[in-house]
Amino acid sequence: MAAGLQNWLKDAVLEVQEYVRLVGRVGRGVVSPPFYYRDAIQQFDQIGFGSLTVVLLAGLFTGMVLALNSGITLDQFGARSMVGRLISASMVKELGPVLSGLMVSGRVGSGIAAELGSMLVTDQIAALRALGTDPVRKLVVPRVLGGVLMMPLLSILATGIGMVGGWIVSVLQFHVASTIYWTEVVQGLYMQDVWMGVIKPFFLGFTIATIACHVGLRTTGGTQGVGNATKLSVVASSVAVIAVDFMVTKVMIVLLY
Amino acid sequence: MARAQEHTRSALLDEALGPGGPIIVFDKVWLAFDEKVILREVSFTLQTGHTKIILGASGAGKSTILRLALGLLTPDAGRIFVNGEQIEGMREDELMRVRADVGMVFQEGALFDSLTVRGNVGYKLVDELQWPGDKVDARVEEVLGFVGLSDVIDRMPSELSGGQRRRVAIARAMAARPRILFYDEATTGLDPITALTVDEEIVKLRDLEGVSSVLVTHQLRDAFFVAEHTAAKGADGVTFARAERGKTNQAEFMMLKEGRVHFEGNADELRAAAKRDEYVRSFLS
Repeated sequence: MAAGLQNWLKDAVLEVQEYVRLVGRVGRGVVSPPFYYRDAIQQFDQIGFGSLTVVLLAGLFTGMVLALNSGITLDQFGARSMVGRLISASMVKELGPVLSGLMVSGRVGSGIAAELGSMLVTDQIAALRALGTDPVRKLVVPRVLGGVLMMPLLSILATGIGMVGGWIVSVLQFHVASTIYWTEVVQGLYMQDVWMGVIKPFFLGFTIATIACHVGLRTTGGTQGVGNATKLSVVASSVAVIAVDFMVTKVMIVLLY
Repeated sequence: MARAQEHTRSALLDEALGPGGPIIVFDKVWLAFDEKVILREVSFTLQTGHTKIILGASGAGKSTILRLALGLLTPDAGRIFVNGEQIEGMREDELMRVRADVGMVFQEGALFDSLTVRGNVGYKLVDELQWPGDKVDARVEEVLGFVGLSDVIDRMPSELSGGQRRRVAIARAMAARPRILFYDEATTGLDPITALTVDEEIVKLRDLEGVSSVLVTHQLRDAFFVAEHTAAKGADGVTFARAERGKTNQAEFMMLKEGRVHFEGNADELRAAAKRDEYVRSFLS
C-alpha cells in the first residue's frame, strides 16, 4: 500500500516535472529560431477557424438559456428589462471564456493529443528528430501559439453571440424592447469586466494546448495508448480550464477591482 | 550507476580519436530501462564507407544501438562518437548538427502521413535546410528516381504498399546526402522480392554514393545479400554482382546476445563461427 502510494507520488511529480520542462522549452522555442511560420498559421486556422462553429453554437444557446432562466426570475420582481445587464456581465466575465475553453479543450485538445500520440507511437516524432527537427519547436510551439492567440478571439465571438441569443429570447419570449435590452447590456458592463473577459482566454488557451501536447508526447502503448491519451487530455484540460479560471479570476479581482 | 564512471580510455577510443578514425564508435556503452539492462558494455566501430550489420533476437538491443547513435536515447554509461563528435552529453540543439550528416530508415518507414511522398522526401531540404523550391524538386525527383518510385511522387503514404513505403523512407533519409545511413529492420515484413529491391537500394547507396551504413535486421538472407554483393553503374544502368573477398570484408557482422556483443566478423567468419558456437548456429539455421 505504502509502496503503491510512493509510486503514485513519484509518477505525479515526474508528470509535473516533465510538464514544466515542456513549458520551458516552449518558452525558448517562442523567442529563439528556428521558427515554423507555416505550421503556426496552419494551427491558427485549425484551432481558430476550426473551432468557430462549436464555440458559436455553445455561446448562442448559453445566452438563450441564460435569458430564459434569468428572465423568469427577474419577472417575479418586475425587473425583466434588466435581463440584458445580467447576461452581459455573466457572458463577458465568465461564461464566454470558460465555455469556449471547454469547447476548445474537447475539440482541439483531444485532436492535438491524438495527433501527437499517434505520431509518437508510429515513430514519426523520432523521424522528425532524426531529420534534424526539434519536435517541440515544430509541433508544440505552433499549437500553443494557436491556443493562446485564438482562444481570446473565440471567447469574444462566443460572448457576442451569447448576447445575441439573449436578445432573441428577451425580445420574443419576454417582449423586452431591443433598445432597452442593448442599453442594459452596455450599462451592466464595467471596463474591469471586459479586461477579465479578454485576459482570461489567453491563460485558458495556453493551458489547453500545453496539456494536450504534454499528454500526446507522453503517449505509450500503441493505438490503445493513443485512445487513453486523448481521453486524459480532454479530462485534464477541462478540469484545468475551471481551475485556471478560478485562479485567474482571483488574481484579477485583487488587481482590477 | 557506479559502472558509468568505470571507463578508462579503450583502444577503440584511441583509434577513434586518431587520424582517419572510424565514423562511428561505441565505447563500453551501457543502457538500462528501469531494472532491465538492454546493452552491456557494447563496443564497436564503423569505418567510413563500410557496412555494419547488427543481428540478434528480438529485444537483444539492436534498434536501441541505432537510437543511441542518433542521440534519440542517452546511454547510462560509455561513450559514443559519430563523425568524430562525442554525442552522449550533447543537448538536443547540439545533436541537430550531428544528425545533419546522418539519415535513418525506421522500421515501418515512419513517413509523415499528413504529407505527400514529395513532402516527405523533401521535408529536410525545405524545413531545415531552406533550399529553394526548384532545387528541392530536382533533388526529390532525383532520389525518387534512384529508388525507382518517380511515379508515386504526389501520392499520400497511405496509398503506398509496404515495400514502396520503405523505399520512400530510404529516399527521405538520403535526400540531404548524409554520409551515414541507419536501417532499422528495413526489410522486415516484406515479401522476398520486395525485400530484395530494398537490399539493392542499400547496396547502391553504399557502393555508388559512398554512404557508411548500419543495418539492423534479423533477416539473414538480406544481411548476406548486402554483405556479399556490390553495385556498379554502367551504360545499361546499375548492375549487381557478387563481391570479391576484399569488398566483403567491408561488411562486418555483429551479433548481440542479451545486450552483449556475442560475435563480430565478416560473412565467412560468421559461417565459420556457426560451426563451433551454438547461439550463432541456432540463429543461422
